[in-house]
Amino acid sequence: MTTKSQAVLDWIDARFPLTSTIKGHLTEYYAPKNFNFWYFFGSLALLVLVIQIVTGIFLVMHYKPDASLNASGVPVAFASVEYIMRDVPGGWLIRYMHSTGASAFFIVVYLHMFRGLLYGSYRKPRELIWIFGTLIFLALMAEAFMGYLLPWGQMSFWGAQVIVNLFSAIPVIGPDLSVVIRGDFVVSDATLNRFFSFHVIAVPLILIGLVAAHIVALHEVGSNNPDGVEIKKKKGADGHPLDGIPFHPYYTVKDIVGVVGFLIVFSFIVFFAPEGGGYFLEFNNFIPADPLKTPPHIAPVWYFTPFYSILRAVTYPLFGIDAKFWGVVAMGAAVVIIAFLPWLDRSPVKSIRYKGGLFKLILTVFIIAFFILGYLGVLPPTPGRTIVSQICSVIYFGFFLLMPWYSKMDKCKPEPDRVTG
Amino acid sequence: MSVDQKVDAGRRQLLLVTSAAGGVGAVAAAVPFVASLTPSERAKAAGAPVEVDISKLQPGQMMTVEWRGKPVWIINRTKEMLDSLKKTDSEVSDPKSEKPMQPAYAQNETRSIKPEILVAVGICTHLGCSPSDKFKTGAESGVAADWPGGFLCPCHGSTFDMAGRVYKSKPAPDNLEIPPHKYLSDAKIIIGEDGKA
Repeated sequence: MTTKSQAVLDWIDARFPLTSTIKGHLTEYYAPKNFNFWYFFGSLALLVLVIQIVTGIFLVMHYKPDASLNASGVPVAFASVEYIMRDVPGGWLIRYMHSTGASAFFIVVYLHMFRGLLYGSYRKPRELIWIFGTLIFLALMAEAFMGYLLPWGQMSFWGAQVIVNLFSAIPVIGPDLSVVIRGDFVVSDATLNRFFSFHVIAVPLILIGLVAAHIVALHEVGSNNPDGVEIKKKKGADGHPLDGIPFHPYYTVKDIVGVVGFLIVFSFIVFFAPEGGGYFLEFNNFIPADPLKTPPHIAPVWYFTPFYSILRAVTYPLFGIDAKFWGVVAMGAAVVIIAFLPWLDRSPVKSIRYKGGLFKLILTVFIIAFFILGYLGVLPPTPGRTIVSQICSVIYFGFFLLMPWYSKMDKCKPEPDRVTG
Repeated sequence: MSVDQKVDAGRRQLLLVTSAAGGVGAVAAAVPFVASLTPSERAKAAGAPVEVDISKLQPGQMMTVEWRGKPVWIINRTKEMLDSLKKTDSEVSDPKSEKPMQPAYAQNETRSIKPEILVAVGICTHLGCSPSDKFKTGAESGVAADWPGGFLCPCHGSTFDMAGRVYKSKPAPDNLEIPPHKYLSDAKIIIGEDGKA
């Protein structure tokens, strides 16, 4: 570096921790050398967050959160989305990037979470990273749900109607709470405006804060790896982990490969299948919201369907309170229980590589049950499907609640001292 | 805190008092923000009663009107539809309409003022979807082979009979709500007003 630019850098460093931050988080952040395919999804989640924020900023320039009808009898909000699609130069692309980005976000995050399950990334000392992650997942669900109301289509309206009414199931305060959430006695213009506010300001701020906390906590304790052994236990003479390599340039370059691969798939969907066959953008949402008519079949967007199935699976009242309330409780518990994994897993090893057949079997059954729940969530309910979803819900909760026992019973292999490459 | 550092009780007390006062201020400052989330005066005023002309409603037909932003159904039930209510008595969870989902004048067999005309809020008591009418009976309805006619909520599969009474073991906890209403004449109903409240 020339002396002049060094002088500028020194000037900044005396006033702001620039060099030390870059060192701490990039050039001298030692990550295990054995990261594999599954480790793409953290950086990809960050990329999708950036895509959503940038496209969102530009969409807000043209979108109008207004449920009143325009001169042609179409709700203004719905018409403004059509306006973005047809009249704003490049608007269709920005909007499809944003709507596809929502689904991409969940795909990437679900894979990121599955990676954590595979390699025990939630185990000590990474409990807080995992809790921040669960909170990010919750915030993401809130963000996606409120964003889905904004186009003010039939699915937007009735989806919001159903989910807001979930809160009315809470005893005593429920009915008033749902009125406060809607700002009206029905889903209306007031609801649309406040969801807009939450979607573009409040929740993104929370998300960014949580993502920062997630990464700071990660860089404090260091990354886990596919072997689930702590690289900090074996350090070389220079004080760096023997099995660690600097995040930059090694993993920045690796992650760029992931980014390219991701963008190929992402672009393909944006350009050739932006509706995702009705799963990314539901067909009913191309019809303006009609408060008097529920579409014959309403289903949430695919990323909510496993939890929606759990909600529907609860059909029995308990302790004199409606089944509806317990369905809501089950759905909430299904998300919150994820945060408790660090304390439910009692296995002597972290990674699936050294866990026994029992865990592998149970994890496989759990994943299959999760997919079945997701599939049933897009279908209309029938008595047979309800029973299947009840069985799968039991498996879902069983995976978590029985973990303290089966993770101890499991016959694990000995962990290696160092990562295996 | 190490042992030799003594807590200055006076300062600690001052600290607690100022923190508490600050906390009260913060809560007080939150009041207008929370209040702004509740329905505005305009939203509250939007609940005006609606007048409906039912003179053209033939037996077996149903019409939907908007009241307080919700769909309200008016159904002119045929004799077969009314007869089906006796059959469903044993299958619905609140056959005598004991839960307060209707005004007292509609707490009867047919849940209506006039036996054939049912006025009900078309919002499922589960999560607020609007059920679809399934007036065709039997397997043709697509609901069940012995379906006596009624309503099916597309969201979570709750079913209601021709008086809006919910079937047992369904997600919806209550019968459909009967709104306050009265007859201005034989052909005119006003919804949202019954002169009783």
